[in-house]
This record gives sequence, structure tokens and C-alpha cells, in this order.
Amino acid sequence: MTKSVEVSNRPGQKIDWDSLSRTALLIRRDIIKMLGIAGSGHPGGSLSCTDILTLLYFHFLRHDPKNPKWPDRDRLIFSKGHGCPALYSALAHAGYFDPKMLLTLRQLGSPLQGHPDVRRLAGIEASTGSLGQGLSVGIGCALAARLDKKDFLTYVIMSDGELNEGQTWEAAMFASFRKLSNLILILDMNKFQLSGATKEILDMHSVADKWKSFGWAVREIDGHSHKELAQAIEWTRSPKNEPSVILADTVKGKGVSFMEHNNHFHGVAPNKDETARALKELGENDAEIQRILGMIP
Amino acid sequence: MSLERKMGMATRDAYGKALVEIGQINPDVIVMDADLSKSTKTEFFGKAFPDRFIDIGIQEMNLVGIATGLASCGKIPFISSFACFLMCKGYEQLRVGVAFPHLNVKVVTSHSGISVGEDGASQQSVEDLALAATLVGFVVMSPSDEFQTRALVKLAASYKGPVYIRTGRPKAPVIYNEKTSFEIGKGILLRSGKDVTLVATGLMVFEALEAAENLKIKGIDASVVDIHTIKPIDRDLLIKEARKTGAVVVAEEHLIWGGLGSAVSQALSQACPVPVEFVGLDDTYAESGRPDELLEKYGLTSKNIASVAEKVVARKSK
Repeated sequence: MTKSVEVSNRPGQKIDWDSLSRTALLIRRDIIKMLGIAGSGHPGGSLSCTDILTLLYFHFLRHDPKNPKWPDRDRLIFSKGHGCPALYSALAHAGYFDPKMLLTLRQLGSPLQGHPDVRRLAGIEASTGSLGQGLSVGIGCALAARLDKKDFLTYVIMSDGELNEGQTWEAAMFASFRKLSNLILILDMNKFQLSGATKEILDMHSVADKWKSFGWAVREIDGHSHKELAQAIEWTRSPKNEPSVILADTVKGKGVSFMEHNNHFHGVAPNKDETARALKELGENDAEIQRILGMIP
Repeated sequence: MSLERKMGMATRDAYGKALVEIGQINPDVIVMDADLSKSTKTEFFGKAFPDRFIDIGIQEMNLVGIATGLASCGKIPFISSFACFLMCKGYEQLRVGVAFPHLNVKVVTSHSGISVGEDGASQQSVEDLALAATLVGFVVMSPSDEFQTRALVKLAASYKGPVYIRTGRPKAPVIYNEKTSFEIGKGILLRSGKDVTLVATGLMVFEALEAAENLKIKGIDASVVDIHTIKPIDRDLLIKEARKTGAVVVAEEHLIWGGLGSAVSQALSQACPVPVEFVGLDDTYAESGRPDELLEKYGLTSKNIASVAEKVVARKSK
């Protein structure tokens, strides 16, 4: 596994764009390696949220990997639990655990469960995997901050498929009614869900209008542009009376040509050949690719 | 001893009052309701501690999800609604959000059983104990009178981990007093007999006591056990009783599947299989009617418990 990167999590400080790009690339490689070896899992939705996680864990989040239960830390609720390979890689490189452990994903006894389990891995804020529940959990954290007069922020990362779930809209109306300006939702809009395109399964029409009508501050951006992501996250921190949602337009499978916009890779891991090709595209060196292939049964 | 049916407050009222006492000593307790606080009696807490009370609106899934977030930040959320709504609509959120991470959330419902009355079957919870018992790591309790409710709610507040407590709508006959002490997971032998053991929970405990009085006239000496904690169940007491009397009747205001009857049978079948009979709802919902009429129609009375007891005693001699 490639060595960990330096962590810079100081909002307001100058952003090291090159470092963020390198980190995002590392995470994408990790996703392919982890899933290739595991033989099952969800590449598409992991790759689509990689840049969002990179910006948060490596610049914006107030957190301390050596003290994962720090009461004043920002909370990140990863509602789209199936995309957890990206989350695990971000946590490892941020310093929560040894990146070597990433390759144990989905194996018996591994803390890296198929979907995140808060009791098995430090840094995970909520056990997720059942879609549509994360925003409610985020509200609970945001309310706790308000009750305790703490200034930590709560981020929720959710997929566009989760907009199908009724609970999402229960949470949406509650959060704006209670003026939870310390709650930030980032929607990873990769436009696919398991069975196909979101527009064909259950068309949401204008997602932005929906959130606006539910009383949220809405911003639409390119979810792979680090600059747009950074500007949007900065924007959520400006004084507001309502919760913020960033609609991040993303590409399912982003970064691997044959996975992009290809919903086959929603819930199918790359085989040996695909793992090799994907890693090559992501600029991994041959020796490392051979090492990984050697670990695939 | 002669048994007097002296009505106390409803267990839901006792819950509401206990919450206020807890709120005074524990600032981490947050109470949330889904627009039924006037019925669940969380309104008492809401009036006493408006800053720590949240009426979510009519949204049970969000109610549980928010409790998950609050508990993950160190709060002790008590969440309430009608038993059927919270447990059925919020079940999956309880499973993934509360049971799976073993969070310190207290789920206390009202309107359990058919003694809800006139509102009818959609409001009467006859499956909440079964649902709660299949939430891994949950303590599941079903108090029988106001004093027990108050004590168990207080114990739940200081216990670290997820707890389910069901309360009821009608006034409940008094069995205990303010000095009685209770322990999570410990059944109470209210009366010791030698011929049959009547195991009951909730409103059925008083009915079982009355049944035992009636059985005495017929020459049957019955034990009565109050099982207020369905999970973890007091196996030792049940096994001791079954060994002594050799026959058991289980009575609950619940389906006979998945609730107290199932838990007692499971405990006894492993260690001391004896004839067991069940008083409860047998694969049926109830209907509208006065609570007393419904309890009568569906056999949740001392009279029926006594007649089922005679049946199980007869089985014993075969």
C-alpha cells in the first residue's frame, strides 16, 4: 500500500491543491485494490464520492485521528454506506489506522466491514448501509451541538438514490424548520442507483427545487472539481439561518474509463484483468499492480 | 391475603411523571415524541424542560434517526409514541441505528395491547414485544403498575444500552408500593403455590393474582410470577417454579407468538419442559370496544387465566 499523505485539516488556511489531487488519486487506487482483492463491493459509488471525502478529510474537517472520540470534532455521517471503500481509504490516509489494513476489506474479522460498523472501526461516526437514514442521524448530532453550545459542524454525505427514501424528506423538513445551520448535506449525484439510471427508476425532476422548497440553502457544483467543492464548503460556513445542501454533480465510477457512467460497476467488483487495467489508468506502478494481482485468488 | 382491585394511575402517566424526576437529576436526558405527547405523557417533561424536549412531528423514522445522532454525541434520548407506530414504522431505524451500534437510546411506548379500546386494532399494539425482543442487545420491559413503571423507567435511565419499555393507556390496578425495589431482569414471585405457575406481564399480572384467588376456591394452589423484563428473562426463577409446580400458564396482552409466551417456553424447554398454556391473542387483531369488553372478549381476564390453568393442571396428570 502506498504511504500515507500529510494531513492538513485547517479551514481558512491555504489549500494545497496538489496534495489534494494526489490524495484523491491514492484513494481511487485503494478503492480498486480493496475491491479487486475482496471480490465484491461497490466501485462506482465509491469512486464518485472520492473527491468530496478528500476535500473534507484533508482540508475542512476539524478532527484528530489520534483522538477519534474528541467531543469537539466535526461529525461526518456517511449515509451511503456502500461507498465505504472510499471512506476507509480516506480514514487510513488521514491517520486513523494503518493503510495496510485496507486490503482486509470484507474479510472475516476485519474492522473494514462491507458496510460501515461504528463498533468495529474508529473514525466511523454511524453504522450505515440501509439507505436514507444518515440525514436524521446528522440532525441528532447537529441538535446535540446546539444543546451543548458547541461549534462543531455535522456533514452528511448521501447518494441521489437515497432521495427515493421517505425518511430523507422527513429529515429535510425537520432540519430547516429547526434552522439547523450547523448541518451540511453533500449529495453525491452520480445519477445511478442499483437497477439503473435514477431518472428511469424514480425521476426526482429538479432536485435543487425540492431542497429549496424544503427550506434549505442550495448550491449546485461539479463534484469532482476540488476548487468548486472548496468554494461550496466555504459557502456553507457563511452565516445562515438554514441548513445547507451541496448538490455535487458526479460521475459514477469517476477516474476509471470503463467504469465511468457504467452501472455494471454499481455493485460488482473488478475482476483480475479489470483491476490491472484500472490501476494502470490510475498511474499505479507495475510492481504494485503485480503485488495486488497476486493477492486476488 | 385478600386481593383488592385498587386502581392506580395508567402506566403511561407513571412514565411521564418518572421522566420529570429523571430530568431533574440528569441533564443529558432528551425526550422526543412524534406528535403524541399528550397521549404518551411525555408532555409532562416537555412542560418541565422545554429546552430538552422535541416534538419531531409525525415522523417515526426520523424520530429514531435523530435519537441515534443524539446518543452518538453522549445524550440519553427517550423517544416515545404509540407502540405500534414507533416499533413498526421505526423498526429498521432501531435495528441499524440503535441496536447494531448498541446505543444508549430508550424507547418507551404507550398504547400497548388491546386495552387501548375504542380506537381499534390499527392503534392496538399486539406485536411490539416480539419486535423489541429481536432487536439485538435490547432490554425489553413491560411494567404492570405505576410503581413498577416509575422504578423501571428510572433503572432504564441509569442503565447503559438500548431499552424498550411498553406502557398502557388505561388505569392499572396497584400491585406494588413506592418502597418496592425492582431489578432489570429479575422476575417477582408474588405468590408461591405448588400446583401451577401463572406467569404474567403488564396488565395481566393483576389478572393472574385474581385468577390464583379463584383457583384456590377450586383447590388449586397457584404461584404467580410477574415477569416485567421479557429480555433478558429470569430463567432461574422460571425453572425453579416449573420444577416446583410442574405446569405453567403464560398471560400477556400481546400475540402469543414472539412475546412472553415464547420467551418462557424457550427457557423451560431447554431446562425443564413442563406443560405450558398460553393466554394472549392467537393470530388475531382485536377491534373497537371498551377496554374491559375487549379484554373479556379476547380472554385476557382472571377468569380465563383460571380456566386455562385448570386445563394445564389436567395435562400434568396425564
